[in-house]
Amino acid sequence: MSNDTTTRADVCAAAIADAFADDGEIFGSPMGLLPMLGVRLAKLTSNPDLVISDGESLFLAGVPPLFAKGDVVEGWIPFRRVFDVVAYGKRHVMMGATQVDRHGNQNISAIGDFAQPKRQLLGSRGAPGNTVNNRTSYWVPKHSPRVFVEKVDIVSGVGPRNAKAAGPGASRYNDIHRVVSNLGVFDLTGADDTMRLRSVHPGVTVDEVVEATGFTLDIPADVPVTREPSVEELLIIREVLDPKGLRFREVPHE
Amino acid sequence: MTRKPRDKRMSIDEVVATLEDGMTIGIGGWGPRRKPMALVRAILRSDLKDLTIVSWGGADVGLLARAGKIRKVVYAFVSLDSIPLEPNFQRARQNATIPEVVELDEGMFQTGLKAAAERLPFLPMRAGLGSDVLVNNPWIKTVTSPYDDGAGHEELVAVPALKLDVALVHLNRADVHGNATYLGPDPYFDDLFAMAADRTYLSVEQIVDTAGLTVDTPVQRVLLNRMMVTGVVETPNGAHFTNCVPDYERDERFQKAYAAAAGGSDEDWAAFEERFLPGDEAASQAAVAAFAEETSR
Repeated sequence: MSNDTTTRADVCAAAIADAFADDGEIFGSPMGLLPMLGVRLAKLTSNPDLVISDGESLFLAGVPPLFAKGDVVEGWIPFRRVFDVVAYGKRHVMMGATQVDRHGNQNISAIGDFAQPKRQLLGSRGAPGNTVNNRTSYWVPKHSPRVFVEKVDIVSGVGPRNAKAAGPGASRYNDIHRVVSNLGVFDLTGADDTMRLRSVHPGVTVDEVVEATGFTLDIPADVPVTREPSVEELLIIREVLDPKGLRFREVPHE
Repeated sequence: MTRKPRDKRMSIDEVVATLEDGMTIGIGGWGPRRKPMALVRAILRSDLKDLTIVSWGGADVGLLARAGKIRKVVYAFVSLDSIPLEPNFQRARQNATIPEVVELDEGMFQTGLKAAAERLPFLPMRAGLGSDVLVNNPWIKTVTSPYDDGAGHEELVAVPALKLDVALVHLNRADVHGNATYLGPDPYFDDLFAMAADRTYLSVEQIVDTAGLTVDTPVQRVLLNRMMVTGVVETPNGAHFTNCVPDYERDERFQKAYAAAAGGSDEDWAAFEERFLPGDEAASQAAVAAFAEETSR
């Protein structure tokens, strides 16, 4: 193992892994590179019961490096069965967010007015269904006021306040667990179901987070520092899961 | 003499000749995966217009939008995966050239097809509640559960049936009667599309005899039964440039060229069309082969 100091990308991977640490035996479903790294790290450390997939159609018994083929397969998870598991509830998805707002609503649909958007994005994908059925977290690689906005242009993923307003059919299984960015870790336990700062990553100040956020965060009197990955975790990240350093494409060296 | 079920083989042009302006057409596959692209290309060449397209969308939606074929689109996403945003679809949305746009959650889309396949007006689900899917589609209603299972009489989304006039799907193998297998890892929802439609046209990489369908393939891979299928077309490489594994992977180089042209100037797009959508399917396939030859050098 190298003697490099721990990088921000490593801290983010461990913070994402921590979001899945207490999930038990459910389907950990990452969208994107760092979430995939974090989920696999969790499976190799804090939560070996986690069920993971190749992102296509197979449940993997082993934990292959990012984008490598899995060796042992333990199940079949084509898209139709993903929808089954969403409704069944034993799933924690970490999605991306082009915008996320003070109340934990997420937008991956379009920027601007829906009728004629300034920028058409993916579409809502599974976000509306995910957020009212299974635990959902978000990963934001570039924390900025353009992403962390007062109010999202279009609500794809449903935050807790919206869910409550829509009634128990929506709020019963709504569980927005964590928002992890390159600057810190957040949850939705602030006053009136708003976003709260849980921790700042090593080397980041609370002021920097406030500066980079387009709404008023709920900030506790004492904001802890996100933990550094252990030596074991660093070894797994660097030597096993991401020896090519793909994580630095999303979270570059400072 | 024992009599056999009907031989349903058709040509691409015969399939497209049965389609009419204003029809609701479901397109199987998923994003950039196993799309009936030969049939989509034939629609591009036709005079068809004012179509309602129902699709977990990829370049099928992008191409039809660019060609001005779509009056209404029903989708949950439009993506090329390795190129996340579909440039032709983006362009159409940002210029508001598609008159009616229905964006659903992915699971709602499946539930809508299920309702249609089961001849129900709707099926209930949670997806959509609290999101702008219901705000942007005020015609989608909720329904109150007649049962109280501990959380009161829950209000749920009454996902309307996505009834299709025609479904177009592409699989790996079929017999002449319309029994068809998928050989890749995921069936996607092609059986649901077929059952949600009045008529289903199936294109396949290869037509084999009925016994050949299961000679080295588990019977669970027979996704479509002939009772769901109206016509069968053999279109080798017919899903290009989407994937049709294990027959072939997605043509990433071609997809890049497509996205560059779609996101480029009008001249860029005109040149792409002229080169790759010139005449019939054979001409398109020949142009693709020449492109592959050229870019592999």
